[in-house]
Amino acid sequence: MVPYQRGRRSFVKLSMSKRVSRTAGPSPFDLHVSHQCKTPADGNGRNEEAHLAAEIEDPNRRDVLVLAANAFAAVGAASLIWPFVQQMNPDAGAKALASTEIDLTPVKEGQAITVMWRGKPVFIRNRTKDEVAAAAKTPVTELPDPEVDAKRVKAGKENWLVMVGICTHLGCVPKGQTMADSKGDFGGWFCPCHGSHYDTSGRIRKGPAPRNLEVPPYEFVSDTKIKIG
Amino acid sequence: MSNHVSTYNPQSRFAKWFDERLPIMRLVHDSFVDFPTPRNLNYLWTFGGILSFCLVAQILTGVMLAMHYQPSAEGAFNSIEHIRRDVNFGWMIRNFHAVGASMFFVAVYIHIFRGLYYGSYKAPREILWILGVLIFLAMMATAFMGYALPWGQMSFWGVTVITNLFSSLDGIIPGFGTAIVEWLWGGYSVSGTTLNRFFSLHYLLPFVITGLVILHVWALHVAGQNNPTGIELQHKSDSVPMAPYAVMKDAVGMFAFLIVFAWFVFFLPDYLGHADNYIEANPLVTPPHIVPEWYFLPFYAILRAIPSKLGGVIAMFGSILVLFFVSWLDTSRVRSTKYRPIYRWFFWLFLFSCLALGYLGAKPAEGVYVFWARVFTAYYFAHFLIVMPIVGLIETPSKMPRSITESVLGPGGGGAGTPAGAAAAPEKR
Repeated sequence: MVPYQRGRRSFVKLSMSKRVSRTAGPSPFDLHVSHQCKTPADGNGRNEEAHLAAEIEDPNRRDVLVLAANAFAAVGAASLIWPFVQQMNPDAGAKALASTEIDLTPVKEGQAITVMWRGKPVFIRNRTKDEVAAAAKTPVTELPDPEVDAKRVKAGKENWLVMVGICTHLGCVPKGQTMADSKGDFGGWFCPCHGSHYDTSGRIRKGPAPRNLEVPPYEFVSDTKIKIG
Repeated sequence: MSNHVSTYNPQSRFAKWFDERLPIMRLVHDSFVDFPTPRNLNYLWTFGGILSFCLVAQILTGVMLAMHYQPSAEGAFNSIEHIRRDVNFGWMIRNFHAVGASMFFVAVYIHIFRGLYYGSYKAPREILWILGVLIFLAMMATAFMGYALPWGQMSFWGVTVITNLFSSLDGIIPGFGTAIVEWLWGGYSVSGTTLNRFFSLHYLLPFVITGLVILHVWALHVAGQNNPTGIELQHKSDSVPMAPYAVMKDAVGMFAFLIVFAWFVFFLPDYLGHADNYIEANPLVTPPHIVPEWYFLPFYAILRAIPSKLGGVIAMFGSILVLFFVSWLDTSRVRSTKYRPIYRWFFWLFLFSCLALGYLGAKPAEGVYVFWARVFTAYYFAHFLIVMPIVGLIETPSKMPRSITESVLGPGGGGAGTPAGAAAAPEKR
C-alpha cells in the first residue's frame, strides 16, 4: 500500500488522473510523486512534474474550506446533542407548579396529616402550645442550620407547621406523623434511615442531615385552608 | 485484506505501550485508514457506511424513546402521544426513529441491489453475502416488531395478520400452527402481553444486528471490497488508502443521504407511515385495508399472490431464503453485470419486478392486481432459479479491462506505482 503523505502540499487533484496517464508517467495515486511536486518545475517544461505542480491546489484555500466544513459539522453535532440531553429533563407538564389546596378543619391540635404535592409527601402538623413554645425558645445559634421558628411558619398561624417530609440527608421520609411513631429526642421527627433528629419546628438537631426540613411555598387562602405551590 | 501488512506506526510512547497490550488502534488503522480500497468505487459503495450510521442512529434514538415509552396495551398509544407532544424534543427523536426505519430500508435495498448488480455475492464473498442476508432478516423482524409498538390500528392488525401466517402450519400438522401462534401471542389473541414481548425483542435485536454487522465487516475485510469491474485488486495502482479517499467519498454520500433523511424528519414525518396508525388499537374493528410499511410491500404482494394460505407463506419466506443461495445459483464467472450483455437485461427486469410487486402490495388483492402480482412473483423466483443458472452458462461476456487501473485510465494508461524513470517500459499486466 502506498503510504498517504500527510502534509499541506501532498494533495493532488484526483480529476487529473486521465490526463496524466497519457504521458505514461507515474500514477497520480502513487503519492510518492507528491514529494516531487515540491520541487520547482524545470525551465524546459518537458518534465511532467510541471504538470503536477500546476495542478496543486492552493493550500490556503483548502485549509479554509476544511476548517469551515469541520466547524460547521462540529456545530451541527453539538446542536444535535442538545435535544438528546434535553429529552431527559422534566418536560413542561412535570415542571408545571401543580398546586394543592388542603382543608385544615379536621386536623385537631396535636394531630398531623401528610399530603402529596409534586409527588412528594408534605407534613402538616397542628402543633400544641407546648411544642410552639419549645420551638420558639430554642437557642438558634446552637443549631446546625440556624433558623428561627417564626421564619418557618406564617404570622398568626404559628401552630401550623407545613414542611416537605423528606429528610435532607438522603431523601427518606422521617417518622413522627402518627401517634405511634418515634418522634426522636426533640419531640419532632426522626429519620430511621440514618438517625437524624428534627425538633418541633422541623429543624435538624442531631444526626447526619445537613439542613432543616424544607418549608414549601404555601399560603392561607382562608382561615382553615392552605394552598401549597 | 487478510494479507495486508500493517502500516500502523505508533507516534507517542503511550501509543506504543498501549499497542503492545491492546492493538485496537492498529486494528482501526489497518481496517479503516490504510485499508486498500479499489480506486474505481462509485457512489453505490457509500451505502455500507450509510447503513452503519443508520444502525447507530436507530439504536441511539431508540434508547431515548424507550425512556419515555410504556409497553402496555393501556399505556402504549398514549405514551407515543406523550413523546410527540410533551417530552422535550420528543417529536424530533420520534421522527428520527420512525423515518430512520424507512431510510434504513432505502439504504439496505440500494446496498442489496448494488451487490446483485456487481456480483458481490460471488467467491470469495459468499459468507459476506450470507451474513448480509441474515442482517436483512434481522432488520425485517426488528422493523416489524417496532411497528407494533405505537399500538395503533395498523400496529395491531399488522401483528395479527403476520403472526397468523404461522397458523398455516396447521395445514401440515393439525394444531401445530395454532399452538405456535398462541405461543407467539401469549394468549388467544394479540394483546398487551404480545406487545410487551415485542418491545423486549425490539430492544434486543438491534444488538444482534450489530454483532452480525461486525462479522459482515470482518468478512468484507478478509475478501476486500468488490468494485464496479468485479476484478480483484492486483497492483498497488488499483487501490487507494481508505482514508482519506473512500472516507471522503463516503462522507459526501452520507451528507446527501442525510439531506433526504432530514427532509422527511422535519417536513414529511408521517408521509411514509399510515394514517390509521393514529387510531388506537381496537380488537373489535379491523381497518378496511391493511397494508404493511412500504418496505414490506413486495413480500406482502408475493404472500397474497399465491391462492393457497400455506403456499403464500412458503413463497413469502422463500423469496428471502432464495437470497442465501445466490452465490451458487449464479453460474457466470464474470462478477460485474457491466460485462454481462444478456444478464444485464434480466437484472433490470428483476428490479422492475420488485418495484412492481411493491406497488401491487399496496393495492387491494383483487382483479387485475392479483394477476400481475402472480406474473411478477413468478419472475422473482424464475430470476434466481432459472435465469441466473442458465444465462451464466450461455452468455459470452463482453471484453473486460485487464485491471482496475486500466478500467479507470484506459488501455496502457497509468503505471503500477513504478518510478518515473521506469515508466518508459511499463510492465505488461
